[in-house]
Amino acid sequence: MTTVERPPTRRAEEIDNDQHPVGHGRMLRKEDPRFVRGRGRYTDDVRLPGMLHMAILRSPVAHARIVSVDTSAAEAHPGVRAVITGEALAAQGLAWMPTLSNDVQAVLATDKVRFQGQEVACVVADDRYAARDALELIDVEYDILPPVVDARHALDADAPVIRDDLEGKADNHCFDWEAGDAAATDAVFADADVVVSQDVVYPRVHPAPMETCGCVADFDPVEGRLTLWSTSQAPHAHRTLYALVAGLPEHKIRVISPDIGGGFGNKVPIYPGYVCAIVGSLLTGKPVKWMEDRSENLTSTGFARDYIMRGEIAATKDGKILALRTNVLADHGAFNGTAAPVKYPAGFFGVFTGSYDLKAAYCHMTAVYTNKAPGGVAYACSFRITEAVYLVERLVSRLAAELGQDPARLRLANFIRPDQFPYATPTGWVYDSGDYAATLREAMRIAGYDDLRAEQARRRERGELMGIGVSTFTEAVGAGPRKHMDILGLGMADGCDLRVHPTGKAVVRLSVQSQGQGHETTFAQIVGEELGISPDDIDVVHGDTDNTPFGLGTYGSRSTPVSGAAAALVARKVRDKARVIASAMLEVAPDDLEWVKGSFQVAGDPGRSVTIQEIAMRAHGAGDLPEGVEGSLDAQITYNPPNLTYPNGAYICVVDVDPGTAQVRVRRFVAVDDCGTRINPMIIEGQVHGGLADGLGMALMEIIAFDPEGNCLGGSLMDYLIPTALETPDWETGFTVTPSPHHPIGAKGVGESATVGSPAAIVNAVIDALAPYGITGLDMPLTPSRVWEAMQGHPTPPI
Amino acid sequence: MQVPGPFEYDRAGSVDQAIALLERRGETARLIAGGHSLLPMMKLRLADVEYLIDINDLHDELGYVRIEPHVVQLGALARHRELLESDELAAVLPIFRDAERVIADPVVRNRGTIGGSLCQADPSEDLSAVCSCLDAGCVIRSSTGERVVPMTEFHRGPYETAVGDGEMLVEVRIPVRPYSSSAFEKVERRAGDWAVVSAAAAVTLSRGTIVDARVGYAAVGPHTVVLPAVSELLRGQAPGEHLYERAGALAAASCDPTTDMRGTAEYKRHLVEELTRRTLRRSVGRIADGGS
Ligand SMILES: Cc1cc2nc3c(=O)[nH]c(=O)nc-3n(C[C@H](O)[C@H](O)[C@H](O)COP(=O)(O)OP(=O)(O)OC[C@H]3O[C@@H](n4cnc5c(N)ncnc54)[C@H](O)[C@@H]3O)c2cc1C
Repeated sequence: MTTVERPPTRRAEEIDNDQHPVGHGRMLRKEDPRFVRGRGRYTDDVRLPGMLHMAILRSPVAHARIVSVDTSAAEAHPGVRAVITGEALAAQGLAWMPTLSNDVQAVLATDKVRFQGQEVACVVADDRYAARDALELIDVEYDILPPVVDARHALDADAPVIRDDLEGKADNHCFDWEAGDAAATDAVFADADVVVSQDVVYPRVHPAPMETCGCVADFDPVEGRLTLWSTSQAPHAHRTLYALVAGLPEHKIRVISPDIGGGFGNKVPIYPGYVCAIVGSLLTGKPVKWMEDRSENLTSTGFARDYIMRGEIAATKDGKILALRTNVLADHGAFNGTAAPVKYPAGFFGVFTGSYDLKAAYCHMTAVYTNKAPGGVAYACSFRITEAVYLVERLVSRLAAELGQDPARLRLANFIRPDQFPYATPTGWVYDSGDYAATLREAMRIAGYDDLRAEQARRRERGELMGIGVSTFTEAVGAGPRKHMDILGLGMADGCDLRVHPTGKAVVRLSVQSQGQGHETTFAQIVGEELGISPDDIDVVHGDTDNTPFGLGTYGSRSTPVSGAAAALVARKVRDKARVIASAMLEVAPDDLEWVKGSFQVAGDPGRSVTIQEIAMRAHGAGDLPEGVEGSLDAQITYNPPNLTYPNGAYICVVDVDPGTAQVRVRRFVAVDDCGTRINPMIIEGQVHGGLADGLGMALMEIIAFDPEGNCLGGSLMDYLIPTALETPDWETGFTVTPSPHHPIGAKGVGESATVGSPAAIVNAVIDALAPYGITGLDMPLTPSRVWEAMQGHPTPPI
Repeated sequence: MQVPGPFEYDRAGSVDQAIALLERRGETARLIAGGHSLLPMMKLRLADVEYLIDINDLHDELGYVRIEPHVVQLGALARHRELLESDELAAVLPIFRDAERVIADPVVRNRGTIGGSLCQADPSEDLSAVCSCLDAGCVIRSSTGERVVPMTEFHRGPYETAVGDGEMLVEVRIPVRPYSSSAFEKVERRAGDWAVVSAAAAVTLSRGTIVDARVGYAAVGPHTVVLPAVSELLRGQAPGEHLYERAGALAAASCDPTTDMRGTAEYKRHLVEELTRRTLRRSVGRIADGGS
């Protein structure tokens, strides 16, 4: 069931934001007063007595054998307390660590360096300056090897072997993966009227969070306890991994993720720097701080995308889409550090069938090692769904152009219909709910779609280049269930604890970790809605393994689908307990009570009721409690999601291209999202705005490129461009509401929807604008130069 | 956070003191004005500075924007923002406002100076293109006096200028002619990015004829470029689309851009052509009564 609600006018929205709902609804974020007053507490704000500082020496070249490392001059530098090399780590068995994809990665290089920026040694010193200065005194002799830069040549017979650390490895093959039924798909293609194929490159990009990665490691040699403040999106998972890798007992490790200045997947992996800082603290007996600088973040930490794709789409001549086939070459860099559930080496790329009702689909992927930074993180991509959606939405618009059909109407004619849910896709996913046509129609209404097409026709006659791009997407977010999804053996299910204090105020403890998503507000609202307690009276505790229940953390838009469900269910458990206590207070049977948000009433006698606050006092007060109730008002739960949730959206973008300079201006962008039940619409809009800016950045300017020697060309924000307010239009958002049938409150994740859905809308719009030039395909980023070259008939490929 | 290597630091209280300090420390010393070019280079450890002389306290002495009947004098410490906001400057040399609107971002413009921009001698520096096409003179002072070096000779190569040891740039001096105007156009990948190509033009008319014109470009060669051949072509002609096209084609053929992340050489050459036409058209359009 879908409701289309007309969004209020902007002015009304702003007034609305200031409401104080007892539960769901618009309210200002509870965490914002501390952020806007500069009182957030980030990892770099942690200052401990006697704290030392660490800096990392990184490889200047992409591929080389290490001949020697001489640290004597650095050790003699004033203020230096320790210099750590790969060799020293190897002696402790710590030179290598597992990655999130069951590969291994060098903590500090011992044999070879395999990408520019790889960690080679580190210095621990009294201050940041001394540590950094001493790096220049470390003398490393490299024996330069030819690098593998172009993934297309990684499997050539004469390609240098990057991973000779792996027993018997004689090539750069990382893995092969497939989904769907190849034979059935080939059969549909063989009989189809129309087959359109398209090469699509999704270049390497970087999450580039405003706060770089870092940590403060504090090992207490007397207690044998390690406290680690770190920029981690998954503190519990990190703690377990430290226990498994470093051999420290898990109960003696405490991981604290304080305020985090943006993650976008960049802060899911464990980086060598964290391990080095821990070793530094073990060695010196002092707390050690390590904060990356911007270039280190851009050149060495988890990148995203880097898929070279060929897609094919089969259809009837009147535009019924029948099947999709695709082949992907995935560049995984020097170590396979992809952050995805272990059984999904290509993440959820299998969702590439999009929002369409198909007969068959098949995907084959080959992943290779290259001499580039490892990663493959969920950069707001829901585990590779960004790539999948981008591919299918480029293909569908291409098909529309080939058939001479309108791209929006072609989509409307091919969507999975509401009565087909739950819908099993040809690649094995079961979509929960959606009304894709309603969502797209709402976007067309807001955009004034038909008027835009008429305007485009008029402008074309005048030689102006206006384009309209459409992208409709279905996401799959909220990993697990645990039987299918785990990270290195840790099942993807999340805990939640709730305690209502005697005065009726509450504290809810989560396993997921906010990096800016507004958890302290959203989760208070979820509990508030269930218990009738004002969100202002509910504290949300997260990001500290000593004070929160176990769970897998925040990425892949999983917080609301997983922990949001946990928070609602734990509140309902508390409510059940409250009912028993209320029945004793009101001297009626529990079944004779009705829950009216915030209180229990005697059915048929509204005059007799007790509030949740009164019940809380009673639960802790003097006097006997009913049989079976031990006292206090609290509960805990671990939520194992039965399925993912499947949010969807319809985006329409209007661009103008300057025919003289080929500059692209995004004039309008309409985003209609359906994330099921909307807990705090203001926070949803914030997530969507941010994601749209992300998507615009990737579409127009972001790329981590490399030169033929493997030098990273995106190592500073001067080279790696991210969009500003001047490039982004006034986002026009709307929504439809199709609750998830299996989620306790019907909510679906929305954190990544806009990043997933928007690049295709922008690129499709530019291709549409350039139709007079006969252009049918164009790769991101759409810099003026690349667009102009396309207009001349010969675009330079981005990679 | 990126941190620079160790350096000594002093604040100059007057131009004379700054010059005295420069003389004493020779080539190990560097002036710092807005710091928006020098500090990033120090932090990235591309510039190794032993001794830094901060001249920001000289803003009273060198931060002026003076509009005289025949000359505009810009103190070396005039900040981007001051050049952007000066209505008097925009009235005589509208090219400054054109350019300053698209140089960097407000944070950089609040500190960055015209002196620093020219002395940085980055081939992509927009103000260098502006000052080149305006036929500016750079006033360089030392303990023995002042000399004026024309913009065309000020840059000796990428990141190299005519300013010697013990000298500093104190003023940029721009002639003002009647029936003249100017315009600036820049193509960038993103607001605040350095130019893919930027073009500057200044035109003087007399009785419907171009009596003088100059064009300057950033990011099309090892340093900012003026093209005398284009001036030659324009001089004595009546302004018009056909002329702008010829000027654009000649400019494109005369410059020497290279391919980089901002664009291919071919595209940049095309931009030179396109932006030459646009800046000439705008400059001429701005001359109120057609120069009659
Ligand atoms: C993010 C960012 C974006 C930018 N974008 C652009 C852009 O789009 N276009 C553009 O043109 N510029 C751009 N810039 C550069 C900006 O304009 C700088 O401010 C300018 O280049 C240098 O001015 P400054 O006063 O900061 O110089 P500083 O950094 O202080 O000095 C630069 C150099 O000049 C020398 N110097 C300074 N003053 C004098 C003097 N009086 N005499 C002799 N030598 C002197 C210094 O010793 C140093 O070598 C950008 C800068 C940043 C940080």
